[in-house]
Amino acid sequence: MRYSLLNLLAQGFNGNKGWPTAWRACEPKSRYDAVIIGGGGHGLATAYYLAKEHGITRIAVLEKGWIGGGNTGRNTTMVRSDYMFPESAAIYDLGLRLYEGLAKEINFNIMLSQRGWMTLIHDRHQMETANHKTNWLHCNGVDGEIVDRDTVRRMLPHLDIDGNPCFPVLGAFLQKRGGTVRHDAVAWGYARAADRLGVDIIENCEVLGFERQGDGIAAINTSRGRIETDSIGVAVAGHSSRIAEMAGFQLPVTSHCLQAMVSEPIKPTLDHAVISPETGVYINQTQKGEIVMGGVLDLYHSYGQRGTYPTIEKVIAGTVEMFPAFANLRLMRHWAGIVDVVPDSSPILGATPVSNMYINCGWGTGGFKAVPAGGFLLAHSIATGKTHPTAERFGLERFVTNRLVDEGAAAGIAH
Amino acid sequence: MIVIRCPYCDELRHEEELEYGGEAEIVRPAPPESVSDEEWAAYLYMRTNTKGHHHEQWCCRAGCGQWFKVVRDTVSHEVHEILRFDGTFSHPTEE
Repeated sequence: MRYSLLNLLAQGFNGNKGWPTAWRACEPKSRYDAVIIGGGGHGLATAYYLAKEHGITRIAVLEKGWIGGGNTGRNTTMVRSDYMFPESAAIYDLGLRLYEGLAKEINFNIMLSQRGWMTLIHDRHQMETANHKTNWLHCNGVDGEIVDRDTVRRMLPHLDIDGNPCFPVLGAFLQKRGGTVRHDAVAWGYARAADRLGVDIIENCEVLGFERQGDGIAAINTSRGRIETDSIGVAVAGHSSRIAEMAGFQLPVTSHCLQAMVSEPIKPTLDHAVISPETGVYINQTQKGEIVMGGVLDLYHSYGQRGTYPTIEKVIAGTVEMFPAFANLRLMRHWAGIVDVVPDSSPILGATPVSNMYINCGWGTGGFKAVPAGGFLLAHSIATGKTHPTAERFGLERFVTNRLVDEGAAAGIAH
Repeated sequence: MIVIRCPYCDELRHEEELEYGGEAEIVRPAPPESVSDEEWAAYLYMRTNTKGHHHEQWCCRAGCGQWFKVVRDTVSHEVHEILRFDGTFSHPTEE
């Protein structure tokens, strides 16, 4: 059923009893043309673009938990594309452009809210870096500007701009196209759209091992049986090293906790998505009214998908430094996702040492904003066996040829 | 919260007082002129990224400044063993 105003009215009069399920609960078949491991945003987007762009529809998406229950449901929902190197800008802006057309394309309201992404500028050095980055963005054809202190005061009336000697605000970098997307809707929307094109979405199905054949993989052993496949796409973020280990290779990835937390809902207070490089806190208000806060990643290696008190303290302390009024709020939930951190803070896309396995990982703390791009590019690799020109600089081989894309150093991105 | 007793100064330190140094027992290949690009990449970048018991390095940053080795569960964060690099001292955690 198409979601439309007419159907909404009709279902309303009908007591909302006639809505069909958004995607089928599938039993795994014994054989597929392609299997995607990981039912988060990147995996579901991969399946959707494989079916839509490349006409391959005998596809299964295997998810060990539930759809969107990993990092897709655990991020702070912010999207932007203010990366510095041209190759990074191309990928992240592809992600944002696809998000801009996605709700219409998949007939699912992803609640894209381009409310503006602001990076606060606290000192002269940050001002110089921000100007440098903005010039790069303009060369890359991506929007971005510097706004002055008075504009920041108008845009963020609750920001402590005058009374805080530790974190003075000189201005902000602003990307107007940045903002937030309802994260669950991305998973659900792609799942429903892929399902409509014939993709089997198989939840509670964990990969246990691979059957090798020559330099490729012939079949996957899962907790729900053996599945033969021609090719495999891997989009499992923090667990990429586990899948790689089963397939017999290593990745330059370490897994870390990235934590976030949310307050009780309040009336509209904070109109933009804001990050302070000084407190390390990024913050926005959901459409429901909750204040969502995230901080830097925990610096030790971890697969524990839960929050810890030292980080909660840091994030809350930073938030209150920036917005003293939020000290009165009660914290409602906190949680963590396991992110895949790579030495150069850039994704790994394309071929692996296994001939028919392709990977999409290494997004670190910033994978959600790139979901449509990651899916689009992984689908291209699976369908054609070749890396898409946009992803060429992001292959695994860059660690051997030592041609890293050090976006961590370039744009000051923490992941 | 991760709490580790430093095997050098014998003080109990929590994660804010410690510095994490990544996977332990990664040996620099030698001699450099005969090391292939693949071997350098493996040494510099490739990691086991173990889920479970992980051998790793920590530094008593806010205390005596010594580096030491820890066997820790990366899911539960439970510390199983603390060792000096010369192997002269080790104890399981008492907490």
